[in-house]
Amino acid sequence: MSRESATRIALIYPELLGTYGDGGNAIVLAQRLRWRGLRAEIVEVPAGEVVPADCDIYLLGGGEDEPQVLAADGMRRNRSLTRAVSGGAAVLAVCAGYQVIGASFPAGNGRVHEGVHLVDMETRRSFDPPDVPPPPRAVGDIVVEPDQRLGLPTLYGYENHGGRTRPLPGSRGIPLGTVRLGVGDGTPARTDGIVDGKVIGTYLHGPVLAQNPALADLLLTWVHGRLAPLDAPVEADMLRRARARALAGG
Amino acid sequence: MMTPLPRRRFSARTQAALAVERLAAEASRRLGRGSGEMIGGKLALRIAPDALAEVGSNRLTACVSATNGKTTTTRLLARALGTLGPVKSNSGGANMAPGVLAALSKPPYDAAAALEVDEIWLPKVARAIEPRVVLLLNISRDQLDRSNETRRIAALWRELGADLRDTVVVANVDDPLVAWSAMTWSRQIWVSAGQNWTADAMVCPQCARLLHRNATGWWCECGLARPEPIVSVAGLGELMWFGRRIPAHIDLPGRVNLANAAMAAAAAREFGVDVEDALAAMRGIGDVQGRYQEVPLGPDGKLARLLLAKNPAGWVEMMELLNSAPPRPVLIDFNSQTADGRDPSWIWDVPFERLAGRQVLVTGGRKEDMSVRLAYAEVPHTVHADAEDAATAANDKALDVVANYTAFRDLLVRTTR
Ligand SMILES: [Zn+2]
Repeated sequence: MSRESATRIALIYPELLGTYGDGGNAIVLAQRLRWRGLRAEIVEVPAGEVVPADCDIYLLGGGEDEPQVLAADGMRRNRSLTRAVSGGAAVLAVCAGYQVIGASFPAGNGRVHEGVHLVDMETRRSFDPPDVPPPPRAVGDIVVEPDQRLGLPTLYGYENHGGRTRPLPGSRGIPLGTVRLGVGDGTPARTDGIVDGKVIGTYLHGPVLAQNPALADLLLTWVHGRLAPLDAPVEADMLRRARARALAGG
Repeated sequence: MMTPLPRRRFSARTQAALAVERLAAEASRRLGRGSGEMIGGKLALRIAPDALAEVGSNRLTACVSATNGKTTTTRLLARALGTLGPVKSNSGGANMAPGVLAALSKPPYDAAAALEVDEIWLPKVARAIEPRVVLLLNISRDQLDRSNETRRIAALWRELGADLRDTVVVANVDDPLVAWSAMTWSRQIWVSAGQNWTADAMVCPQCARLLHRNATGWWCECGLARPEPIVSVAGLGELMWFGRRIPAHIDLPGRVNLANAAMAAAAAREFGVDVEDALAAMRGIGDVQGRYQEVPLGPDGKLARLLLAKNPAGWVEMMELLNSAPPRPVLIDFNSQTADGRDPSWIWDVPFERLAGRQVLVTGGRKEDMSVRLAYAEVPHTVHADAEDAATAANDKALDVVANYTAFRDLLVRTTR
């Protein structure tokens, strides 16, 4: 499927879900299309506005508790993201965004808040019994070995979250990968993230697509079909080698 | 407006603590471990937890807190207060309770004090010393893995203001978090110091709705709105000052430093310093702890101007400063040690595209991350093993170096020893 029109990349509510540099994922996707001679358009969706249903890739980033609740409510009010996904659009949701696209997540006030339910995941402060103190915030470098079916190299990133995330019983989708360093979902399965159809959720900041260009290209092929190989930028290879060195044995 | 101060009489415990503080600080200085302020102050507070209140209360003190600009503003304020007499200040950058104690614990004990205080430490320090004036500049994300909620800091300051009955707050109306945090204080002096960086203040701190903004202000449906400032930066070299327009020139570069000077002058006015005298005293400061200083760098002695940018808000300010002069090569020295915040991803929030057209060189512990960021911004650049090597490669005899916290600290040690 090649196309004349620009690939539209929606950055959802950057004021609410842009606290951790995840807007960089949009820059990476757009540049990787442009460097292949293809057209790309970044569509910033300001909070409070309706999410357009006609974009090709939707990006959600990390944010603090209150903005996260606002974002979930904004997206639930109209179902355009759900419609876009059933129409073939791809989604990359990071950290708070990952929690928001699940069935439910903890709000700042100790209550549980309803998510957008694009994926069958739920997030809590802890899944342990109430007498067990909740685990500390997961903060630090994270390395994930992706599920073999995805055909991706090792994923590098940074995590900063207080949630624990697990699939609902009978859920669809597969984990993005197995955690080699760090916490990720924080469940006994030692996994991070979800891949369900063309929807990816993960705790990896970095931004994740800057550190892992192969993941960016996977998203792009989902909406674009085959793409010409792209070695650029060489800087990304240097970065991945530096991360591998720095985190070896971690 | 100044009440006479009572003679100082300290408890035996505090006297012992101060003696220990002096000994520890001297020993630490002799052993060459920094300025010794931290270790001495820490020991003293362990011996006499009330020492800070005893040495700090009932004297002419001002506390300065912010994410960005607190060191510079404290320095400017100290100069302005210096027109009245001796001034104490924690000019070494030790801005938690021990550092503040160290600054206050040398005689004369009735000297005025301009104190830089860490955002999280401000409530503890200010409750102890009950300052005459508190300056609140801005709150933005910084070192996210240390304190990840900007609103939490604003809420702490808001509670503090309700407790301090006799303290005046000088607050920046352009930062909604700061303005909200200052509204509970008994008296406010509202200053328009600007906000280059709005991404951390999109949500109303009072009701969590989205804030509305236009060119001159911000407001929320709940009624929270930008207060009307009595002091503002009118342009480069001009202030609106209590209803009149006055010329204002200092030697530190950029609009951001003029805004810092306006905040400091508004605070100094509370101590009886005329604005003209305050601004005159601030001139002559050309660098603050090495910031804006020009130092020789590298084997061929390139002249490097040292600039600090440790978060997105700071980088946007630096960008404005860099672009206000003819383009020189710029060297970015970028680390992610604990004091910098371990997560370097915030560089994707910085519009590095604006560096296009000048020579860009990159070094530091996370030089590869910066290099990828620049590659996607399509800014041609070279990557170097260290700052000295990069300076050699600069194609001009003068360059700007923008470093984050530990990179800056290390550069300063290497270039000025
Ligand atoms: Zn409001």
